[in-house]
Amino acid sequence: MGKHYPRLRWIALNHQIPPKFFTKKIKITGDFLFKNLAAVIAASAIVILIITGYVLTTDSVPVIERFGTDFFFGTAWNPVEGREVFGALPYVLGTLVTSGIALLIGVPLSLGIAIFLVEMAPRSLRVPISYLVELLAAVPSVIYGLWGLFIFRFWILNYIEIPLSTYLGWIPIFSGTPFGLDLFTAGCILAIMIIPTVASISKEVISAVPNSIREGAYSIGATKWEVIRHWVISYGRSGIFGAVILGLGRAVGETMAVSMLIGNATGPAAMPTSLFQPGQTMASLIANGFLEATGELEVAAYVGVGLILLIMSLLINVGAHIMVTKVLKVKGGAVE
Amino acid sequence: MTTPQQKTVESDLKMQSIGLNAWFGQKQALKDINVDIKANTVTAIIGPSGCGKSTFIRCLNRMHELIPNAKMTGQILLDGENIFDKTVDPVMVRRRVGMVFQKPNPFPTMTIYDNVAAGLRLTGAKKGKNLDEVVKRSLEQATLWDEVKDDLKKPGTSISGGQQQRLCIARAIALQPEVILMDEPCSALDPIATAKIERLVVELKRDYTVVIVTHNMQQASRVSDYTAFMYLGSLIEFGSTKDIFESPKNQLTEKYITGEFG
Repeated sequence: MGKHYPRLRWIALNHQIPPKFFTKKIKITGDFLFKNLAAVIAASAIVILIITGYVLTTDSVPVIERFGTDFFFGTAWNPVEGREVFGALPYVLGTLVTSGIALLIGVPLSLGIAIFLVEMAPRSLRVPISYLVELLAAVPSVIYGLWGLFIFRFWILNYIEIPLSTYLGWIPIFSGTPFGLDLFTAGCILAIMIIPTVASISKEVISAVPNSIREGAYSIGATKWEVIRHWVISYGRSGIFGAVILGLGRAVGETMAVSMLIGNATGPAAMPTSLFQPGQTMASLIANGFLEATGELEVAAYVGVGLILLIMSLLINVGAHIMVTKVLKVKGGAVE
Repeated sequence: MTTPQQKTVESDLKMQSIGLNAWFGQKQALKDINVDIKANTVTAIIGPSGCGKSTFIRCLNRMHELIPNAKMTGQILLDGENIFDKTVDPVMVRRRVGMVFQKPNPFPTMTIYDNVAAGLRLTGAKKGKNLDEVVKRSLEQATLWDEVKDDLKKPGTSISGGQQQRLCIARAIALQPEVILMDEPCSALDPIATAKIERLVVELKRDYTVVIVTHNMQQASRVSDYTAFMYLGSLIEFGSTKDIFESPKNQLTEKYITGEFG
């Protein structure tokens, strides 16, 4: 701006703008400092996301250049130098399948908990149970993994997997000889892990449904079940949907417990054809293989899988945001 | 306490409250209320805030018990049958005794059409001409049809407050109840919307029995045949509206009506 200064001064003189306007000194006050500090801190969240995305992209370039779309849609995984081939499809599908199981089992349970706490539980039970549910979120994921590995998987194996594969083994997804370390067990542990998130947000959403809606419904002869089903859930659906998506986000990214329970298959064997068969998610693949990765291409392959995982998580969140704000919004300000 | 007068209108007893007491937790909200409500009349419940008016009409369709720790004793007879009886399903009571609330509360996630049809759908009514007919008739009876007939697919909350309240009346009418309870239905409305609702109330008594809680004494005198004055949870005086307003027997009633307190 320096060299234009005389010109600005001319404008100032001819338009009766006080010269002070252009030479205003920035005063360094506490307010000024705090405002800018807060802006920098806020911006850092975006910067970190951009840097992460940038690093994942540039570091995965070698593997994407070498294999092209086969990296996304191939099933082979061979890190042996000279014969390298990497395809991420089984892990993308493994992630989708385990997260799907988690939602299928976890969401109804969470909704049940939320509905019970808000609509049915006496006040003396509501607080302690809500607290306990939220406490589930504080259990470290490795603890879930340990418990799953030594206790939970045998329950799943003996009471669900063996009976299902014995009697319904002709259905492809129940085929194979179950061992307990597979996609289904991983999905079940994920279901438990998303309960605190989904249940506590759904609880807040359901509590926020105005009582006048419930009263209106009761007054036209609805039973408690009908009030919950047709009014409470319908009024809170976008909030509940948001809770489900947050749960999905957690399930997609969950690493430790999954890698302890999923059986860690690689290559074409990790393609999820049966639920009772070892699999692999993107997160568990990275956790299991990254430390031993040596070749440049192998490292790039793990980073590439990480990139896919990041993009998937971002898409889930952005998609959820659009769904909640646009698609499900009812006019008249009802559903927020 | 006076007994209701039998002479003015010749009609049957529709509802009867006998020795009704109600509590919120430890606090007693109603004390020994005895009121006879005659069929095809409008009964107004008046009294200062907190006197138990709303609690009283919420006992008439068993809405009171939905509040945690709420309790009630005594009897409410509907066509001679005690609705507090253990064998009586509150859902059936509420289908026969409809309600309109203080603040219009149409269902925001439903269209205008569905708001009216909701109660019938609960009873298993299917989409079709029949349902269309009932929705139309109910909206006509609520004097709302002409204003919304082209907007039936719009959300129930997209119309004005007065229209929303008439929509709530249509919603109650759709079930063809025998009694309609109104809990200060005009307190959130402007004078023009209030006048419309008042006209509607008078028309409704042809087909229904109406019990209306109101803060507004002019409103009570305009629309009702009988008036009950309540104070601090007790029924102070009950009689024909003319008697209550022109020659109240109780000093409290007189003071309230002349605006000395309340």
